[in-house]
Parts: sequence; structure tokens; C-alpha cells
Amino acid sequence: MPRRKSTPVKTVGLKSATGSLALLVGTRKGAFILRGDKSRRAWKLAGPIHLGGIVHHMVMDSRDRHTILMAARTGHLGPTIFQSTDRGRSWKEASKPPAFSKAPEGEKGLVLDHNFWLSPGHPSEPGVWYAGSSPPGLFRSEDGGITWEGVAGFNKHPMRSTWVGALGEPPGGATLHSIMIDPRDSGHIYMCLSGGGVFESTNQGADWRPLNKGLLSDFLPIPDAEYGHDAHCMRLHPLLPERLYQQNHCGIYRMDRAEGVWVNIGNKLPKAVSDHSFPIVLHPRDPETVWVFPLDGSFPLGRVSPGGKPATYITRDGGKSWQRQDKGLPQRQGWFTVKRQAMTVDAHDPVGVYFGTTGGEVWASRDEGEAWTCLASHLPEIYSVEAAEF
Amino acid sequence: MKVYIPTPLRSYTGRKSEVEAIGSTLEELLSDLDRRYPGFRFRVITEQDQIREHIKVFINQEQALTLTVPLQPNDEVQVICAISGG
Repeated sequence: MPRRKSTPVKTVGLKSATGSLALLVGTRKGAFILRGDKSRRAWKLAGPIHLGGIVHHMVMDSRDRHTILMAARTGHLGPTIFQSTDRGRSWKEASKPPAFSKAPEGEKGLVLDHNFWLSPGHPSEPGVWYAGSSPPGLFRSEDGGITWEGVAGFNKHPMRSTWVGALGEPPGGATLHSIMIDPRDSGHIYMCLSGGGVFESTNQGADWRPLNKGLLSDFLPIPDAEYGHDAHCMRLHPLLPERLYQQNHCGIYRMDRAEGVWVNIGNKLPKAVSDHSFPIVLHPRDPETVWVFPLDGSFPLGRVSPGGKPATYITRDGGKSWQRQDKGLPQRQGWFTVKRQAMTVDAHDPVGVYFGTTGGEVWASRDEGEAWTCLASHLPEIYSVEAAEF
Repeated sequence: MKVYIPTPLRSYTGRKSEVEAIGSTLEELLSDLDRRYPGFRFRVITEQDQIREHIKVFINQEQALTLTVPLQPNDEVQVICAISGG
């Protein structure tokens, strides 16, 4: 691939938001919406929506600011997607939800277990959405989420089963996630495979290539493997699309496409803090500012706040240094776990940062992580939190 | 013929526990149910035309294992979800 220049999309940062805000909360037992006022001080919890359903992701279309898609299933029934065009007040089920192609007679075909990730498409393609699934599959809708087709360029790629199966099947199933569209080019798409790594397409999904150079994966037999890495979450900065950040199983990384190599920035975290985490979120106007939520990465799979002392860590210099943020969070016996879709930011000034825990609490900071307050508790296990600016 | 609908699927049938549908095979019956109640089929049958893992279909109290099972107009069909919780 030709090297791309590291040029910001806009030289002046995105204008900060001033309107009302909602947090879309997906849980193991349904979805909830936390509606905030303009000051972000008063919040009202609505729901449950689709009570009893497993909601892996709920996302607002930032292009029209009223359509919301929700990826849902129950323990018994097949997966589906619901659409709301009135900001979550009423819902309509997809008439043709994502599904793999039927296999030829005598062959074993893939069966979609759940839709895991939802991403609106490029601003030049209103109504286009992408969904990532478990087992890993990529799907596209062109009508706002009512009908879906598989992206054959990935789902039928001759290397798909090799890329997907590099690490074997983890508990809960391997997933396709972190689908991101280059704001300069609707055909340039990134996505991640849990147990496969980062991949990109420059022809709207018709073909894919791994993008994992520089990643450490101490569990792989080949030190500089082309794929097989465990990408937990990746973000592209909307104002500087040449800049990628990734929370990986083996650390936190930054890539500037002109360099084409992932650079470990998690090793700048304090030694006592794990660089293992699931979510990673970016400041909407400053490509140098990033938040992570460190979890105990040691075996046997702690995946809770190290030492029972939850904190976010922020870098304001692209990962050269990190600062701890724990004011307002439990100072002891706080064994939080935050999943990869369960941390988000708003576009206000100062930026609001939010996360949801598997213990059913939603936490918020109105000042870029300096101080935290609990917005909601006693919810079911939280799978996702997304900010929706109205 | 009469089709018994389990609780998790009654959001599709207007909360009805029993509905009428037609078909000379289970496949046709499910297609008719999907016409009447859009989305119904994919919730119980996979894209590989297999009955989902936690669903069972009984015809006159005998379990159907494939969609090619023939049906008669007076047959009674029961769609059952596995019992689970937590």
C-alpha cells in the first residue's frame, strides 16, 4: 500500500458539542438510555428496552442524530438488530438481519451467534452501516439497518478461516470488532479480529490485508507474525486519520501510517499498573489525548482493576507519558471490569468520559477524567456504553 | 394447523400462544409463519437451515429433526425453547 501523508482532515479542531446528550447502555439483560441535560449534571435513566435480551452494542448514527441501532439476541433465539428512528422511543426489527451464506450441500456453513459491533458508514453514504459478528463476520446495510448483506470480500476471503482461527476459539467466541471508516475515503475500512489482529481494506471490503507490524504477541510462536494478534480495541482519530491507537492483549500501541509500525506506548505506564485493558477512547479534538482503563492482565485472567483500585489513565502527548485519574472512584475494594465497548467520550468542552462496569454501574467525568461520579448502579452486566449527541 | 408459540417468541405473534399457519412441510410452515410474523424464522432456524441449538420442534408430540418433515392439515406443531435462567 502506498504511504499516506499524515495530514489532518481539518486544521481547526472539530467544534465542541453543546446540546443534550444520551448514553446508550447495552447490557446482558436489555438496554437502557441515560439522558443528560446540557450541563451533564442531571441524568434520567430510561429502560429497560428489550428486557432479557443480550445487547452487545447500541449506537446512534452520528450523521442524522436520531437513528439508533441495537444488536440483540436472547439466549435461546437467533441474533437480530433493532432500529429506532426516534432516538430510542420505538423500535423496529431488521427484516433481514446479518446472516452468513448458506453452505453448499455437504459442507458445514457458519452460523452467526451474535452481532457484536455496530458502526455507521461514511458520511457520504447515509444509511450505510457495518456490523461485526461472532463468529467473525462483516456485514453491511445500505438502508439504515433494516436489511443486511455479508461482505463477501472478508466472509469468503480464502484466508478468513486462517486469520480467524490463528488463536483458536476463546470463551464467548471470537469476534470482529472496531470497524472504522477513514473519513477521507469511504472505501478505506479498518477492523479487528480477536485472535487475528488488525486488518484493512482499501476497496470497500473487497479484499483485506493484515496490519500488525510491530505488535508484540508473546503467546505466538512467531515473534513477528503477520496475523494472530489479540486486538482488544482500535480507534482512528477523526481529525487525524493517519493516527491509530490500539489496546491489545499485549499492551497499548500507536501507529502513524507514514511509519507503518505499531509503537508500544503502554510501556510508559507506571510499572505497578497493567497495560492490559479492553477499551481505549480518544479525545475528539486532540489526537494526542487518549484514555485507557487498566485491568489486571496476569494469569489466571484477573481482568479487574489492579489491586481493587479502579482508575483511568490519560496521555496528552500521544503515549509518551500517562497520568492516573481516580478522584471519586473507589479507593479500595473496587474490582471493576470494563468491556471494550463500555467506555466512551462525548464531544463537549471539556470532554466527558464515561464507562460502564460488569457490575452494572455507569461512571462519568465532566472534566476529562479529573473527577468521577456514578450516574447509575444496579444495572445488569454492562456490555457497551456509547455517547449520543443530539 | 395449530402452532404453539413459546413465551420468548410471542413478541412476534402479538402475545398469542397459539396461532394458525399452513404448509405441507415444516419448511413451508416456517415460511408461512415468517410471512405472518416477519423475523420469526431466523430466530428459530439458522442460516444453514438447522433448528437452533436451544429450540425444539414437535409435531403431534414427536420431535422433528429436519425441515423436510411432511405435515398434514390437522397436525399440531409445538415450538419449544429450552428452559434456562441466570
